[in-house]
Amino acid sequence: MTNKIQWEFPQALEDEAIYILRETAAQFEKPAILFSGGKDSITLVRLAQKAFYPGKVPFPLLHIDTGHNFPETIEFRDWLVEKLGLELIVRNVQDSINQGKVQEETGKYASRNALQTVTLLDSIEELKYDACMGGARRDEEKARAKERIFSVRDEFGQWNAKMQRPELFDMLNGKIHLGENVRVFPISNWTELDVWNYIRRENLRIPSIYFSHEREIIERDGMYWPTSPFLNTSEDEKPFLHKVRFRTVGDMTCTAAVASEADKLEDIIAEIMEAKISERGARIDDKRSEAAMEKRKQAGYF
Amino acid sequence: MEVLHITTSGSVDDGKSTLIGRLLYDTQSIPQDKMDALHAASKRKGLDFTDLSLLTDGLVAEREQGITIDVAHIYFSTPNRKYIIADTPGHIEYTRNMVTGASTAQVSLILIDARKGIVEQTYRHFFIAALLRIPYLVVCVNKMDLVEYNEARFNQIVEDFQQMVASASFQAPSIKFIPISSLYGENVAGRSEKIGWYKGESLLEYLEQITFDHADSTHPARFPVQSVIRPMTKEFHDFRGFAGKVASGHFNVGDEIISLPSQQKSRIKTIQQFETQLSIASARESVVITLEDEIDTSRGSMLSKTDNVPSLLKEITAQVCWMDQQKLVPGKAYLLQHGINRVKAKVQQINHVIDVTNNKIVEDKKELGLNDIGKITLKTAQPIFADSYHVNPANGAFILVDEFSNATVAVGFVE
Repeated sequence: MTNKIQWEFPQALEDEAIYILRETAAQFEKPAILFSGGKDSITLVRLAQKAFYPGKVPFPLLHIDTGHNFPETIEFRDWLVEKLGLELIVRNVQDSINQGKVQEETGKYASRNALQTVTLLDSIEELKYDACMGGARRDEEKARAKERIFSVRDEFGQWNAKMQRPELFDMLNGKIHLGENVRVFPISNWTELDVWNYIRRENLRIPSIYFSHEREIIERDGMYWPTSPFLNTSEDEKPFLHKVRFRTVGDMTCTAAVASEADKLEDIIAEIMEAKISERGARIDDKRSEAAMEKRKQAGYF
Repeated sequence: MEVLHITTSGSVDDGKSTLIGRLLYDTQSIPQDKMDALHAASKRKGLDFTDLSLLTDGLVAEREQGITIDVAHIYFSTPNRKYIIADTPGHIEYTRNMVTGASTAQVSLILIDARKGIVEQTYRHFFIAALLRIPYLVVCVNKMDLVEYNEARFNQIVEDFQQMVASASFQAPSIKFIPISSLYGENVAGRSEKIGWYKGESLLEYLEQITFDHADSTHPARFPVQSVIRPMTKEFHDFRGFAGKVASGHFNVGDEIISLPSQQKSRIKTIQQFETQLSIASARESVVITLEDEIDTSRGSMLSKTDNVPSLLKEITAQVCWMDQQKLVPGKAYLLQHGINRVKAKVQQINHVIDVTNNKIVEDKKELGLNDIGKITLKTAQPIFADSYHVNPANGAFILVDEFSNATVAVGFVE
């Protein structure tokens, strides 16, 4: 059986996500959207806009800035916030480093990906958020496949896979004790393709790095790494120019590029349909071990 | 495009994860890097084949023990529709997860090991599918390769299963039997040549032709109000809309409605989906409804059409599945959440406990512990606006929440 290109977005997914966003607004006192500037959190912002229309989005965006973001992502973030009249709160990993709470990794695989968990947990505590909505999807990775829509975290932000609350029908139980908080995943049931079809249907703007562009890269472990002041490279890793795009938007140190000529949404969707490498396959942070994601989630990662 | 929800159940080692892996493989849903990881992981385990079950057993503990502990969600698409599989554990101690996975499903897929036939777990799975009134039941007789694709063996299992169904007091859903080998992909996506005596559809062929007209659109119209939208901006100064997802049935602009619990009536002025004005909203659609009159309606209220109003229940008899380590304490106050509406509730009595392996009442047992299913009577502090689960499932289920631990301790089905 061969897959044909699917252009049609399953409307049931939007209805479900809007329902979840409305439940989050109603059940919690201080929710926030965790915003990375990637396509999944952009989708989330669109859903929030639709869920409360003609009212305003009743919660702010929280961006944990590692300092290693693509400049294109930051530029996009500021444009979106301005255009939709949203409240944006930024907290910096650099501050956590300066406070001595975390230490910069060393070596050629050094990244701030793991460090941002500490900044995130501190921000949640400081800003007293009781619910943080994220754009994570269950199809991304197999530990995520087990995550609930309302995922309760303890004071230390930890996820206990064996103690999850059962979620029956569409009934969401967001009751928590003081100090606990909930991660909410409204687009849990979407796949990468669903997100792209939604972006296309809604005609949403996304950061330019998702489209094919010429970029200076190095080749390492069979992947294309974007060069940046944050990437530690060795002498024999010679940078060169290549037509690439990014399938996910993480840090410049942990997001690999894929060779691509796709410069329109249609081409991207066609490319994904034929792609041989899964979306997170281009995430260097998942490659550390088979249980990499589960371990990070237990530690409070998004 | 439609979405079809499937729940899978099976006993230990009956090849459920392999079957799901196979479905993904045959629909080309496994990207190359995941395939490579599977090859490598299989090799590390000393296997001489690619173990497709490793694809879904997501947690470290599961990989170590080779079993499925939690509900995992798996996605694949065909050009026809999107599929969501809730893969649930087969162990007795995870009955609550089976119920959870089944709660959203339109299709229940039960696996039977062709060598073993019907086992205790099969009864449990059938009972849960029947309790939740899942419309389609697909029984896959797996590991046909280990019984030489023997037709008589398959027929025997079909007969045994039908006997079990006949002896059950509950209404049986539509049942389809398919002989398969998930390891070799026989009758999974394509039809098997080795099982030539079977003339029916393969599993995927069967799933593809299931028509699921959301039965709830024929059910009474129910709209639980999630929140009131009052922008109070210049542009929308007097706007007062009720946001929610239609639980069942449908509403049209102009319909006369009644709001519960206030029992005030009005007519639907507009139905909005973001900037679009609709004339009708059907089951499962998230919309904003405005009314002609200002009536007392807020979060937790329910709008229904005046020709079919749900009863206001304060005393409820329900089947429940207990989901918590701590047993049900009669007389203790729990929070009852019906849809989005929460009220305090006390369990008056445990009427009986059911042995789900034979559908008989357990003599002398009057307590409900983890994974037990039984019938209880509850009293609520305020009325809930529920339908009987067998008449309108979308408005007939509730959960119980422990006020101290905040855990979801039970799911109930209103009688």
